[in-house]
Amino acid sequence: MYLLKLILRNALRHKLRTGLTMLGIIVAVLAFGLLQTVVDAWYAGAQSASSARLVTRSSISLMFPLPLSYEGRIRGVAGVQAVARTNWFGAIYREPRNFFAQFAVSDNYLDLYPEFVLPDDQRQAYLRDRKGCLIGRQLADQYGFKVGAVLPLRGTIYPGNWEFVVRGIFDGVDETKVTRQMLFHWEYFNETLKQRTPRRGDQVGVYVLGIDNPDNAAAISRAVDQTFSNSLAETLTETEQAFQLGFVAMSNEIIAAIRVVSYVVILIIMAVMANTMAMSARERSAEYATLKVLGFGPGFIALLIFGESFAICAIGGVLGVAATAPAAALFKDLAGNVFPIFQVSSHTLLLQTACMLLIGIAAAIVPAIRASRIRIVEGLRAIG
Amino acid sequence: MHSIVEIGNLSKSYRRGGQIVPVLEDLTFDIMAGDFIALMGPSGSGKSTLLNLIAGIDKPDHGTLRVGGIDITALSESELADWRARNVGFIFQFYNLMPVLTAYENIELPLLLTRLSGSERREHVETALAMVGLTDRMAHYPSELSGGQQQRVAIARAIITDPTILVADEPTGDLDRVSAEDVLTLMARLNAELGKTIIMVTHDQHAAQKAHHIRQLDKGVLLSSAA
Repeated sequence: MYLLKLILRNALRHKLRTGLTMLGIIVAVLAFGLLQTVVDAWYAGAQSASSARLVTRSSISLMFPLPLSYEGRIRGVAGVQAVARTNWFGAIYREPRNFFAQFAVSDNYLDLYPEFVLPDDQRQAYLRDRKGCLIGRQLADQYGFKVGAVLPLRGTIYPGNWEFVVRGIFDGVDETKVTRQMLFHWEYFNETLKQRTPRRGDQVGVYVLGIDNPDNAAAISRAVDQTFSNSLAETLTETEQAFQLGFVAMSNEIIAAIRVVSYVVILIIMAVMANTMAMSARERSAEYATLKVLGFGPGFIALLIFGESFAICAIGGVLGVAATAPAAALFKDLAGNVFPIFQVSSHTLLLQTACMLLIGIAAAIVPAIRASRIRIVEGLRAIG
Repeated sequence: MHSIVEIGNLSKSYRRGGQIVPVLEDLTFDIMAGDFIALMGPSGSGKSTLLNLIAGIDKPDHGTLRVGGIDITALSESELADWRARNVGFIFQFYNLMPVLTAYENIELPLLLTRLSGSERREHVETALAMVGLTDRMAHYPSELSGGQQQRVAIARAIITDPTILVADEPTGDLDRVSAEDVLTLMARLNAELGKTIIMVTHDQHAAQKAHHIRQLDKGVLLSSAA
């Protein structure tokens, strides 16, 4: 108790200095948390991918579609329970800046995605209307789409004007699911293409495979790809997560830079904190010498310095951690649709706490060693 | 009366800029238990160094130094720390109180190294505060006390563990005449009533007059002894 009192009073001895250092720690821990959350947000899609789904695409590039005729042969591979067709549409809604994902999907697509929840009446309405489409909740909220509204799109990959009617709005089973996409009938898409550019018909961007057992994913992937080996359109089959990570990998350098910056922030505040502790310890040389004169050992003096450093870091760190979730919510609002999932994970909170501890300990090491080794006679000379 | 401090052929030197500067040379004398001696001499004469050696906060190069029958030159750093805590009370020129602790807490500080309970510590501290006449100032921080009052707190801290000897390095050096007189009177009382052996370094002839003996040092050599 006495020791704690001494530590806290020492920490508050220079209120401005301690306050500014604490503010620095709050900002650093908060910035670290937000940057880590940005990295997490990048991986959000991949993390929510199911291990019971595989994706089959052209082995050359996603740019090259696969023949529609592959669907039946894929369905015939042992372990494959369902096959859905999907094509990236990439059209513009009013303005090019209004970017959101649009997919032409086969009608069984939602069967493979139980994480998307759609009221049954809306599902039936969608299935009845060839020009119908489904909108994810986040997308609907962003643009104010309502059931029954007409949604005009201007094609880019598939030129021309396209018109859809919103027949349903689907939700994610939980808030970690991204619902910023539009789905519409692959049959309508294919028939329209056949009319406008016949050579582009009957082609599928990727097949999504539902499998019986996630443990067999590797064997099923191999079996699918072997089915089409030495053909004109060889395939590459991988788990949905690996497929999603492939997109994330395109931004690897950016993600790495964000990670490095987040740790640099911690390193900088560590140096600031170490400087604060060094200044405090230097100013108190005579006090430490006096404590030694009274019979207190080097361990007690080191404990005083570690305790003070830790107290400042703990208070600043806890405030920084507490501010992370509200700041992340604000950041998400300001960032608009850049990060549909922007949630502070428990892993990030753990990392922030670890950083806080690390700063507290690392900053005190040198001052504590110096102060505990101080020669009494020299320390007493530092007075007056 | 027996010798409480036995000094034999004591030498101490410091290294300054690659040169060895002798501070104390071949000092031999005893201090009797219950004595009150003043160490005087010009600056650099070695009186503070001698005080530090007797108090066990510095080590001699040569010679023997026994305090209360213990050869303190043979003790390790941690043994010396324990020994100081039990046997020596310190009074400094600039009081050396912890500015973040109250008068009460400053006096209590050395008792943290003992096995006394909280209530026993409280009893001791209150007795010490009464002895130095600062019971009404126990909750004050050093910055809220005058120099004389701070020095009295420092004296209370020095005697709280009932040490064998009290060492004082210029205890009145930072005080006005009235406060200095109060502090010297208090030290004289501690010597007379409690039988504390006091070794005081001072430049002040008036302060030295309060001691039973005055020892003069010059250039590390003991010159004379005056009663």
